[in-house]
Amino acid sequence: MDKRRLEENIFKGLMVCSTALIVFSLFLILETVVRKGLPYLSWGMITQAPTSGYYLGKDGGILNAILGSLYLTGGAVLLAVLVSLPVALYLNVYSKKGSPLAYFTRFAFDVLWGIPSIVYGAFGFTIMLFFGIKASLLGGIITIALLILPIMSRAMDEVMRMVPVELLEASYALGATRLETALKVVVRQALPGILTAILIAFGRGIGDAASLLFTAGFTDSLPSSLLRPAATLPLAIFFQFGTPMPEVQGRAYASALILTIIILIISVVSRLLTKRFTRHIIK
Amino acid sequence: MCLLAAFSGLIVIIMAFALCIRSLPILKTKSLAGLLLSDAWHPSRGEFGFLAFIFGTLWVTAVACLIAVPVSILTSIYLSEYAGKRVRGSVTPFIDILAGIPSVVYGMWGVLVIVPFIKEHFAPLFGISSSGYCVLAGGMVLAVMIFPVIIHISVGVLGSVPQALKDASLSLGATKWQTIKNVVIRRAMPGLVAASVLGLSRAFGETMAVLMVVGNVARIPHSIFAPAYPLPALIANNYGEMLSVKFYDAGLLFASLILLLVVLCFNAVSRMILSGSKWSTYYNG
Repeated sequence: MDKRRLEENIFKGLMVCSTALIVFSLFLILETVVRKGLPYLSWGMITQAPTSGYYLGKDGGILNAILGSLYLTGGAVLLAVLVSLPVALYLNVYSKKGSPLAYFTRFAFDVLWGIPSIVYGAFGFTIMLFFGIKASLLGGIITIALLILPIMSRAMDEVMRMVPVELLEASYALGATRLETALKVVVRQALPGILTAILIAFGRGIGDAASLLFTAGFTDSLPSSLLRPAATLPLAIFFQFGTPMPEVQGRAYASALILTIIILIISVVSRLLTKRFTRHIIK
Repeated sequence: MCLLAAFSGLIVIIMAFALCIRSLPILKTKSLAGLLLSDAWHPSRGEFGFLAFIFGTLWVTAVACLIAVPVSILTSIYLSEYAGKRVRGSVTPFIDILAGIPSVVYGMWGVLVIVPFIKEHFAPLFGISSSGYCVLAGGMVLAVMIFPVIIHISVGVLGSVPQALKDASLSLGATKWQTIKNVVIRRAMPGLVAASVLGLSRAFGETMAVLMVVGNVARIPHSIFAPAYPLPALIANNYGEMLSVKFYDAGLLFASLILLLVVLCFNAVSRMILSGSKWSTYYNG
């Protein structure tokens, strides 16, 4: 075998190994989460809050964290949609080609995407100090909304960019205003993509812990008010994983399993959405 | 809408500004060099030296990149040049899922799998005893976390190399690998570097997963089996008590300011590279 073939085969082998390694590590992670979490997953686990303290108490479940995570991420997603949708529409319908503001905004979103969530947490905390809010559901919602804003906006922006110019022009030719075109043509055409963007942002928001550490706090009780601290799944894992008591650790494992299942569902649904809806839109 | 767009573009600047103001008290009393180049960390005595934490971050990030960059780039080349449609279609969803897994879950996995592995199997190979909570554990967990970041961007960059270039090389009798080595990689180099830098900056600021496996000892690590204490972990661990010690909060917010600025530079540079090469129309629609 000549040298060139040998080199080719060596590198091809390395590539296959790398790919296998990555897929293998995913399965290793999923296997660990399921193996640890499944024995603890029960009806009581997901329908009760911890009854005697989340750190030391042996009884109760993780309903506080499940509800807290859903409320918090739901609120944050809502807030982020209210900002992202207009921004994405602005970038694609209103701004002129080559506008510096559009360029700057896209660039800023891409840069924001990389900023560590702990920095968002610190920033959220300074905002809360400024407005005199204590660690609460509201603080968490604001921080997570900031965290997912760039992800959501850029994802929406990318799908709106796929909308053919001809569609916009047809709409203008019929006498529609920019706003009508934006809402009735662009949003409708890009709807599956927009939903996917929302789902992706939800997934990112529900999994984040570092930014919530000092903005949302943690509590045993179910979330009841915007101004009270709220428990979340990632922090439920983080806090309860560190205790020496197996029952409490079990709650962490169960939280991890539930969180992972939520993430997997989001991933599958957004894939299906993309597949199913792209059949019906005009290409 | 124009205002909203401008506002969201300005968030980065507002963030930097807010953190700057909040860390002013400590910047006024201490010199910048004193903060960054000293490793004496005794907040109760008013000594804030970040050197040990900065080194902790650098060590963990470096280990993560040494593992993740070659593996991710090889995988990207495989996916974009060799793999058939079916293989690509079935591997990509896995990579997406890997990107979606929350960092606490990575941390838990690290504690349950990586840490015991290093303690019982890997460190003894070198005749070293280690608790397993060390730089290497942090680096390995981080590496898995940044695989998807690097792969996602690299595949895009590799896909943008014109087919005509590859055809020209192949028709001159080069093998597939020679074409990749001499044409594709050369052409895609800036983009691949940018992808790696983005992965690196992700690793740099990652908090929870690292915090759980890295040991958190505020000393400059001297080997990959020694524990470390990266900057993000410092912020996360001490936020509770910071309001009770003078300058502590300013110190911690200064730490987040450092993180923000470093990551900002990395990101800005790599995004510029990306938008300059393939994606010249990238931001302008």
